[in-house]
Amino acid sequence: MRMNLRKVLALVLCAALIFALGVGCSSSSNSSDTAADTTASETADAAAETTENEAVAESTEAVELSGTISTNGSTSMEKVIAALIESFTIYNPNVTITYDATGSGTGITAVTEGSTDIGLSSRNLKDAEAEAGLTATVIALDGIAIIVNTANTVTDLTIEQIAGLFTGEITNWSEVGGEDMPVAVIGREAGSGTRDGFESIVGVEDTCAYDQELTSTGAVVVAVASNEYAIGYASLSSVDDSVVSVDVEGVACTEETVLDGSYAIQRPFIMVTNDNAEQSEAVQAFLAYCTSSEVADIIANAGAVSTAQ
Amino acid sequence: MNKKYLTEHVMHVIFLVCGFVTIGCVLAISLYMIISGIPAIKEIGIVNFLFGTKWASTAADPSYGILPFILSSICGTLGACVLGIPLGILMAVFLSKMANNKVAGIVRPAVELLAGIPSVVYGLIGMTVLVPFIRKTFGLTNGTGLLAVIIVLTVMILPSIISLAETALSSVPPEYEEASLALGATKMETVFKVSIPAAKSGIAAGVVLGVGRAIGEAMAVMMVAGNVPNMPSLFNSVTLLTTAIAKEMSYASGLQRQALYSIGLVLYVFIIIINLVLNVALKRGNKK
Repeated sequence: MRMNLRKVLALVLCAALIFALGVGCSSSSNSSDTAADTTASETADAAAETTENEAVAESTEAVELSGTISTNGSTSMEKVIAALIESFTIYNPNVTITYDATGSGTGITAVTEGSTDIGLSSRNLKDAEAEAGLTATVIALDGIAIIVNTANTVTDLTIEQIAGLFTGEITNWSEVGGEDMPVAVIGREAGSGTRDGFESIVGVEDTCAYDQELTSTGAVVVAVASNEYAIGYASLSSVDDSVVSVDVEGVACTEETVLDGSYAIQRPFIMVTNDNAEQSEAVQAFLAYCTSSEVADIIANAGAVSTAQ
Repeated sequence: MNKKYLTEHVMHVIFLVCGFVTIGCVLAISLYMIISGIPAIKEIGIVNFLFGTKWASTAADPSYGILPFILSSICGTLGACVLGIPLGILMAVFLSKMANNKVAGIVRPAVELLAGIPSVVYGLIGMTVLVPFIRKTFGLTNGTGLLAVIIVLTVMILPSIISLAETALSSVPPEYEEASLALGATKMETVFKVSIPAAKSGIAAGVVLGVGRAIGEAMAVMMVAGNVPNMPSLFNSVTLLTTAIAKEMSYASGLQRQALYSIGLVLYVFIIIINLVLNVALKRGNKK
């Protein structure tokens, strides 16, 4: 019995020790957690609001849609598409929408071959693809922010400087007007949509000299926030106060500058349809829904900038 | 009589089935790994795959060389063993031979608790405490790398080594130690020349478990390694076999995906070899 008491005491002590450690460590990651939480709840709120609005519209139309819609393509669009699918199926419960996260190229090929209804692409159609009878509908824009540590004094970079920093040609912040300190390059893993978007826009495909490759945007933000030498990139919506988003070519990364096209590091999220294939009513309704102004909040909460305003 | 016989028979079948479930799992997994791992190796070429030094799976001109992953995995596991095994054994000696009941009663549950901590928690602490600490201490631009991996893995393999070694040390017949002490050996001589050799097989079992955990760990390692496919270096980001798979699997397609299965196959073969070698070494040690 005495032995047991002692064991219990030891366990409690250990638990207290670990709890103390946990509290110490969690302080740095708190901010991002709360950010994620609020986004989630906001999305839910927005979805609920639109449902009410739509319920009114729907009752006047009184059209019962049913069937399946298949979408296939860009992994970067996952959040946006998931949110759109969720809200669309709330008041069109008989419609099933599938989403295969394969990549923009695969999505475009699939819609060309007719194996999917809607192809999702996070780059514009190439000329050859457009000539093959594909129609692109831009549903949102994605701004990629260049982030540095809050201790960094650099506030403005040109595309050329960014390319230099990421490829390892520029190894000291003093070369771009900052303090005399080394550069730590932090990015995403191979295959990530954000990495692909960033590298293709800045023109540094396959030539980046990363110090760290992390598997989520949140991890990049945390890593940049904890290293004063760091530079990284993240979707505009993931940037919070723990890091500083620098101006690119003198333009700050905000929703407005992404929308008017003055912020350079951005890309479109587009839905691709095949003109030669017959589209079901459900597909047409979903396309119309995704480009309507009702979904602006949903798209914004999913991390992109809505074009329908 | 008949009923009794029937029960016996039924139970026999149940046990047999349970035994075959394990064998079936092992066979199914082996078969699956081989079938899905071979095509990419064939396409890339086994020499290019195993000894290529450049991994650029999504580049316009992709190359799939996993030598950096293999070497980093070996270095990380070796490093963790070099630190963890002596530390674990000495800790076990302390717990079973030196510490009084009061101290052991506190330390032992702490070790057990250490074994129960999920690997993602190790990774989180490594990422937010250890990596910045390494960066500041050594004046680096970036703290991720093999050093961080080795430290995290060392802490993770300690519990299995300690608990198995302690059990083995405690079950050494007291007569052995008493005889040694009676012959005039000091306590230290008794521990190192009598107790530890007598507990060798139990300690080795702990080491096997520890090595297995170290080479197979992905989550905690991914959070502190930096995940760049560099050649192993203490202060530069590295990718291990496990993290190479975990990092790219979610977006991979085509040959890249198949190559990830091939990495899995290489890892699987590695673990089989390590187990075989250690088991053979164990048996040989026992015969002596």
